[in-house]
Amino acid sequence: MQTLRSVFTVAHKDLRSELRSKEAINASFSFALVILLIFSFAFDPTAEDTRRIAGGLLWVVFAFAGALILNRSFAREVPNDCLDALIATPIPAYALFLGKAIASFLLLLAVELVCLPIFGIFYNVRWAVQFLPLLLTLALGTWAMTMIGTAFSALTVNIRLRELMLPVLLYPVLMPALIGAIELTTNLLNGEMLSGNNITFLKLLIGFDIIYTALSVALIETVLVG
Amino acid sequence: MSAPGVDSILSVDGVWKFYGDYPALRDVSLSLGKGKCLALIGRNGAGKTTLLRILAGFSKPGKGSVSIVGLEPRSTEARRRIGFIGHGISVYDELSASENLRLFAKLYGLPASAATDLLERVGLTRVKDGLVREFSRGMRQRLAIARAFLHEPSVLLLDEPFTSLDDRAIGVLQQLLRSARNRGASVIMSTHQLREAFELASDVALLDRGNLAFAGPRTDEMLSDPGWIYAHYADPA
Amino acid sequence: MREKAIYFMGTLGVLILMRNLYVILLQLGDEMQQGAIYRIFFFHLPAATTACIMFAIALVASAGFLITRKFAFDTAAAAATEVGFVFATMNMVTGSIWARNIWGIWWTWDARLTSMFILWLLYLGYLIMRPAIEEPTQRATLSAVLSIFAFCDVPIVYYSIQWWRTQHPAPVLTTPGAMDPALWPPLLLNMLAMLLIGLTLMMVRLRQERVLREIDSLRRYAHAI
Repeated sequence: MQTLRSVFTVAHKDLRSELRSKEAINASFSFALVILLIFSFAFDPTAEDTRRIAGGLLWVVFAFAGALILNRSFAREVPNDCLDALIATPIPAYALFLGKAIASFLLLLAVELVCLPIFGIFYNVRWAVQFLPLLLTLALGTWAMTMIGTAFSALTVNIRLRELMLPVLLYPVLMPALIGAIELTTNLLNGEMLSGNNITFLKLLIGFDIIYTALSVALIETVLVG
Repeated sequence: MSAPGVDSILSVDGVWKFYGDYPALRDVSLSLGKGKCLALIGRNGAGKTTLLRILAGFSKPGKGSVSIVGLEPRSTEARRRIGFIGHGISVYDELSASENLRLFAKLYGLPASAATDLLERVGLTRVKDGLVREFSRGMRQRLAIARAFLHEPSVLLLDEPFTSLDDRAIGVLQQLLRSARNRGASVIMSTHQLREAFELASDVALLDRGNLAFAGPRTDEMLSDPGWIYAHYADPA
Repeated sequence: MREKAIYFMGTLGVLILMRNLYVILLQLGDEMQQGAIYRIFFFHLPAATTACIMFAIALVASAGFLITRKFAFDTAAAAATEVGFVFATMNMVTGSIWARNIWGIWWTWDARLTSMFILWLLYLGYLIMRPAIEEPTQRATLSAVLSIFAFCDVPIVYYSIQWWRTQHPAPVLTTPGAMDPALWPPLLLNMLAMLLIGLTLMMVRLRQERVLREIDSLRRYAHAI
């Protein structure tokens, strides 16, 4: 119970300082818009093309925009040596990790939910046909990204070139989750139900989330304290 | 130094710390009694910060063991009782003074009144809702001090506490240290300012390139001639 | 002693390989459908198995470091990853050459190729991060954690790509189905030869890593004076 409260406290702290400076979220959102724009130039897609690539396009946008938010997660603690003070508090390291992860998760999900209708307008896609399953997909895929991203953000926090390092490490590990999320998103945007093959991909996402949540929680104390 | 026993608040037993193959600390053993104040001195790179970070639980010794208030430093209970001031101020620029302290109060499981109380004691009540980013250097330092004393730690680990503090912050720190020691807290501080440190310290430990060159009570010779201990115990280099 | 073991293993590997080359190139006839190019398979598959064994060694060594904190494990993990990476590269390059000859394309996003490529990228990340961390103890700890993260991904990658492929049927790729029993001995022997060569390279890298750590500590001594 106490642990749950400290998870919430850390998440609240990260959200509050991010919403005050808005550094990461502004950068992430405008980057997402730019990528949406570039895609329309790059592929000039017809309605049929868009139907096929919708999921891939969205998740490329989310993955790139996500890296900007996740990069900040532990980097935020660097300037005044705040990480030391957090590690010194009696909360378990995994509570610190989960708190920071939840903050990034909510920020990224917010960016995604704003991007979705914009994508719908730009590319003439009716994005709300399967809204709840789509929301579930976004949440699961984003959770996968935040787990690995936050863990790697902690991993690289004391390394020089940490901003460059995160994407190099993040995307390959994330690949299975991205595959699942892309397939599901494309199918749901095309009006498919959550059944058959889509269930397989849903299971893939859930499995991935469970495995990497467990792994991160188990290893974070080692990452932060050695 | 007191003999290790019931009243020993800190005991360091044969501690080595390696950076790769290089031993930054070599077989350091110390103990400190309750309510004592240890000045940890030594040249740059002697291992003072390394030792303090091990005591605070931020890194693990390669060999040997450390116990603080009778516990392993990373245990939850030990962390509740350790206060640490490092080189950074460890408070958030984007939060206000009282938000910062309330945050740490929550993480230590304390009521919000602890934060208000400390703000009063470091003289920041008037600006408690101002963002730390807009604070002057001295105000930031006082807030950093308040953060470390928030949970009334029974062991204080201070890394170069007086370096770069302004007069008012030094005054606040000394006053908080005095009241902490009055309630029985122990203090371990690394420092270059020998004269000030010896006035506060009951015990002195000298690190020389990772070796513990001297550990013992502070004597009058040290007080009258701060260079004395280097002349007698450190390797001339 | 260790030196001799390294030389012995290396020599043995090279000898077996030479004998295999003789058999593969001069004694075995061309395959009916593929012609001469099928011979590359004798290098393609053993490279993959060697790479996988190396990555498994890296995983065990990484876990070993986190448990014991002995640098020997970290050194082994780094060396095994590097060698594994080289063999994985070799696997992809030989596969690509074969594909060009048989399918007429250098690359296709088929399940196995894609999986291997992702595996390759995973360990590329490890090799890029490692030198960016200055302090050896920290480097060892963080690399070990990363290696565990990467290895746990391998089975998930494999299955996810399979599922993905069932959604996007690739051009049907004919891989030689039943293999002529006469091809088994050279294939297995080549696996052994490559593994021996891989282990030899790993041993050599082990020594270099140790020396690097020594140099780092000497530099720290020098700074301390």
